[in-house]
Amino acid sequence: MDTSTFLIQCLNALQHGLLLFLVASGLTLIFGIMGIINLAHGSFYMIGAYMAFALNPLVERWLGGGFVTTLVLCLVLAIVLGYVLEAAFFSYLYRRDHLQQVLMTYGLILVFEEIRSLLVGNDVHGVPVPAWLAGSVPLGDILTYPVYRLFISAIGIGVAILLYWVLTRTRLGMMVRAGASNREMIGSLGIDINRLYRIVFAAGVALAALAGTIAAPVSSVYPGMGNSVLIMCFVVVVIGGIGSIRGAFLAAMLVGTVETFGQVLFPSAAGILVYVLMAVILLCKPEGLFKQG
Amino acid sequence: MGQRMNYARRLIPIAVLLALAAFPLSGNDYYIGLAIKIMIYAIFALSLQLLVGGAGLISLGHAAFFGIGAYAAALLSPESEAGGLLWLLAAALGSAAIYALITGALALRTRGVYFIMVTLAFSQMAYYVFHDTDIGGGSDGIYLYFRPQMSLAGWMPFDLENPGVYYLFVLVCLALTWGFLAMLGRSPFGAALTGIRLNEQRMRAAGYSTFPYKLTAYVIGATLAGLAGFLYALKDGFVTPELLTWEQSGLVLLMVILGGMHRLGGAVLGTVTLILLQELFQSQALFGDYAKHWHLPLGLTIIALVALLPNGLAGLPAQWRERRETRRGTSAAPHSSASTVPSSASAGTGPRADASRSRTASSSFAIASPTGTSNNAAAAQSLSIPGGPHA
Repeated sequence: MDTSTFLIQCLNALQHGLLLFLVASGLTLIFGIMGIINLAHGSFYMIGAYMAFALNPLVERWLGGGFVTTLVLCLVLAIVLGYVLEAAFFSYLYRRDHLQQVLMTYGLILVFEEIRSLLVGNDVHGVPVPAWLAGSVPLGDILTYPVYRLFISAIGIGVAILLYWVLTRTRLGMMVRAGASNREMIGSLGIDINRLYRIVFAAGVALAALAGTIAAPVSSVYPGMGNSVLIMCFVVVVIGGIGSIRGAFLAAMLVGTVETFGQVLFPSAAGILVYVLMAVILLCKPEGLFKQG
Repeated sequence: MGQRMNYARRLIPIAVLLALAAFPLSGNDYYIGLAIKIMIYAIFALSLQLLVGGAGLISLGHAAFFGIGAYAAALLSPESEAGGLLWLLAAALGSAAIYALITGALALRTRGVYFIMVTLAFSQMAYYVFHDTDIGGGSDGIYLYFRPQMSLAGWMPFDLENPGVYYLFVLVCLALTWGFLAMLGRSPFGAALTGIRLNEQRMRAAGYSTFPYKLTAYVIGATLAGLAGFLYALKDGFVTPELLTWEQSGLVLLMVILGGMHRLGGAVLGTVTLILLQELFQSQALFGDYAKHWHLPLGLTIIALVALLPNGLAGLPAQWRERRETRRGTSAAPHSSASTVPSSASAGTGPRADASRSRTASSSFAIASPTGTSNNAAAAQSLSIPGGPHA
């Protein structure tokens, strides 16, 4: 592996890790603050990707096109979806034990996948890369790197910084952190916990959908795309320590690197490597890298 | 009156067993195949029930042992003739048990949600071994051409190639599994497991070294899952990595929870319900073209069932009784509080709940005889004896 190939793989690892982080950060917050094992989180990623695919022609027709318009529209719809879902469904899960949450969100996966299949069908679809991001930058003598992948990484880093700022510098972030370390306590301190739950859940859905939307042009959209992401994100959340955004970021980078380089260096063992990593980390630190609270 | 009820209760399993044994005489191949599938999955669900309902160990990687049992049967069978039944069975159960012993010893160092994820990790490892390498034909899977035969010095007591005989063989396996687990549940070992599920710290304080108990339960559960996998390989004569996916682990967990975790009957009830629902919603005769979207009604049904039945299908009579009693005005308070406490103690609650759990745990034991399970009573008894076997 020469220098430029290595560099390209590094960039790929970064992009893959940041995408995982977008999905996993929402999952870890929902997990850590609301105490819900949300198996349907991968479906939100899938919904985001399919929204990008389905809304793109509509936006072009009615709003004159534009990638950013589609992106914003997807985000708004995802926030609405998250808000409604929390109010209509997830708010009933808080009192149930984890096993029942697993069951009900498993049922939800089936429902989402089937609705997708009813609306869009089971074919694999491509999503066009926006024209202004379609180029590629030269890297070394012959190799080039697509601008769009850099754009994904940029969005990922932007969101990570934004999350860091919100969580450490704002009042909302303070409440979220307090909720992650002791749920009962902040309820008894007079903070409207239901509102906080709703905000966190909507944000989590929006983050997952955002990841799906921006990943769609690279990965194309296909049935079952949510499930593989879901499992990877659970791995990230658990390695990082439940409820810890910092841990999720670090773990996402770690998993992204191991997966990307694993596929290049040991193609036949690539699938196993991440799970070996997770098993080793959990056996050394049974509660993840950064345990919250 | 009470005595007569007891006799009736003892006769029910025998009657059910006889009815099931007579079922192949009806002669419809489709229904016999369906019954075989249900019985195999019932063994699978029972094996997980020992972990989830018995010891409170929620595993999301149980399909690994199912798959390993199936692969052992397919890989070790000779290609051109039938293999020896006993040796293949021992190999399938043994390989599942060995994998469980190694992974269980590591996974049991973690608890709660982390345990769920580590078991998932180990099953994914097994999945990728079969999916990405050529050991078992990669993602295409592998065929098993002949069902193994049992021969004692040239004499064959039965022929598994005959569908009726194979059906009976699976039925016997199911009955033995049930009997074994029921016996285990009543034994001191089962009582210790229940104690660990309800309050592990207290069991340790009572002098039990809990780790060997949990590991033994894990290995037994895995071995029985290997049995189910072995039977499954024989059923279709075809084994693919799909048997080891996490969706498969999720499905069997679903069966256990749906039925109601703390009873053997619950696991079987959940299995029957889920597989019949799958068949129902897939039926083209009933739903026509919409049958291919069968996941949608299945998902909605699962959500509705869980929402309406917090204690699972097997808890339904108790739930009705409780409601009747409330309506009559008699106090149902001890029932309702008892039925929530053990579930919160058994579930893999997050690490933050640990502190509060251990604080409330002593009170949870005092009222933990929910809805008439004999297991809990046995555990309470064994706890009242100072000092366990490992004191």
